[in-house]
Amino acid sequence: MLHIINFAHGSILMLALYAGFFLFTLGGVDPYLAVLILAPAFFAGGYLLQRYVIAPVSFGKDTNVLLVTLGLSIIIDNLALYLWTSNTRTIDVGYAQVFVDVGVTAVALPKLIALGAAVLIGILFWLLMTRTDAGKAIRAVSKERQGARIVGINVEHIFALSFGLGSAVVAIAACLLLPTFYVTPQVGNAFVLIAFTTVVLGGMGSFIGALVGGMVLGIVEAYSGLLLGESLGQIGIFVIFILVLLFRPTGLFGQRA
Amino acid sequence: MKKILLVIIVFFLVLPLFVESRFWLGFWTTTLFFALLGQSWNILGGYGGQVSFGHAVFFGTGAYVSAVLQVRLGLDAWTSAAIAVAAGALVGAFIGALSFRYGLRGSYFALVTLAFAEVFRVLANAWDFTGSGFGMLVPMKPGAANLQFADRSWFYYAILLLVVLAYALTWRVERSRFGAYLLAIRENEDAARALGINAFRIKLAAITLSGAMAAMAGVFYIQYYLFVDSHVGYGPAMSVNALLAPLIGGAGTVLGPLIGAVALGSLAELTSLLLGKEPGVNLLAFGVLLLVILRFLPNGLMGLLRGRS
Repeated sequence: MLHIINFAHGSILMLALYAGFFLFTLGGVDPYLAVLILAPAFFAGGYLLQRYVIAPVSFGKDTNVLLVTLGLSIIIDNLALYLWTSNTRTIDVGYAQVFVDVGVTAVALPKLIALGAAVLIGILFWLLMTRTDAGKAIRAVSKERQGARIVGINVEHIFALSFGLGSAVVAIAACLLLPTFYVTPQVGNAFVLIAFTTVVLGGMGSFIGALVGGMVLGIVEAYSGLLLGESLGQIGIFVIFILVLLFRPTGLFGQRA
Repeated sequence: MKKILLVIIVFFLVLPLFVESRFWLGFWTTTLFFALLGQSWNILGGYGGQVSFGHAVFFGTGAYVSAVLQVRLGLDAWTSAAIAVAAGALVGAFIGALSFRYGLRGSYFALVTLAFAEVFRVLANAWDFTGSGFGMLVPMKPGAANLQFADRSWFYYAILLLVVLAYALTWRVERSRFGAYLLAIRENEDAARALGINAFRIKLAAITLSGAMAAMAGVFYIQYYLFVDSHVGYGPAMSVNALLAPLIGGAGTVLGPLIGAVALGSLAELTSLLLGKEPGVNLLAFGVLLLVILRFLPNGLMGLLRGRS
């Protein structure tokens, strides 16, 4: 939303996956219940990270943000590698094997829950952005930083707030992924470019865009995997990313800057 | 300044005479390799302000083209090296022409270079001609005609020669009209355009030169290790390596990448000495150093040296 390009996004997702994993294995907390702990915790962590690390180190320059978050992702990934080794970990929950018949095909229950939750979060976010003061302040800062400052908005606070929100959503996504996915220190890397591509394709700061972008990418990934084979199939996402950046940097639903 | 340069060159020239162990010779060889790769990034990112997150695309092209020409087409190492460097320049010109023509700047340019590197990685990993998942192995045939040396100190002198040439070239660029244009674009591209600088052409020249230099590093890599696969060649790790040295040492200065490479190499040895050879510890230290430098020394270690004198 604020055009913060966060390279550490995948690493934060990886951290959240590990947090969910340890809550389950050590504390017996179900991943879906873990949302209640992890979302606030990651909100606070993200807020502090932006306010006291990323903002002071990057001096507000956009490529510096990229470098700082790159540094952070190197630190987080390798700390995880050091602490938890590169072993792949999974959790075993009974309902991961429950399949629901949705007419054309059967879908694993956790994936259905994830879909529902994603739509719900999308709606909640849209409400937050359009109906609350905090949301209006975030939109104001993204449109006109200086103007927002002049009318009394604490820009640093808003930046940190939106970074915290992003981290909280990542934590929720991790809890939704955990029942059907695995955890390794490198797991986040696979998601970083996909996340960027989704947002750029949909148009930065557009919620509908992010949803549609996500769906288009899912379809592209499936079809390019089908048509080009497994090893060449990953290319689809990167090619789309390059094409969108070159020819339509505002994305499908973005407004002109 | 000239005295310092002379001291540095003499230091590196006589180094192998005092270094007995293969280990330290290897250490200085890889350090100089990273100094060369870092300088290629520095020309585009340090002087031109065009931060690339995908420099592996040029490095990997150099390594792969040289390997494929030698193994698949049976060309000799010298011709392969020359073609590989040209290929690096060509890839640079291609990516530059596309992304600068469509006005990509700042983090958008960084992301598009990363995406290009990923495209090349997937292609190299899928195509049998480039060895697909197995990578390319160049058969060992020591001899000057094959650019392979049984005596490892020859590799050291080879990379030293490449570094001296690349740094001399960068030094010339810094003092040229072209270099001044590059700096102007880095500081304020719109203002530079308003003054009549053809920003597109200048940036295109910079990325072409940068691509050729990174491909040179790739050519050295393939002759030294005789192996490349898609993760080494086009993976994000090499792109990160390319930008760490100049950022730590001082982006936009001639000696910055060298100082950064020496600092990073020493830090890596120091951490494995103190904390053991656990995986990830080196990179962890690099990440912390990067943040500290960005926060407190925006001009890198060179800024520290200059501030003192």
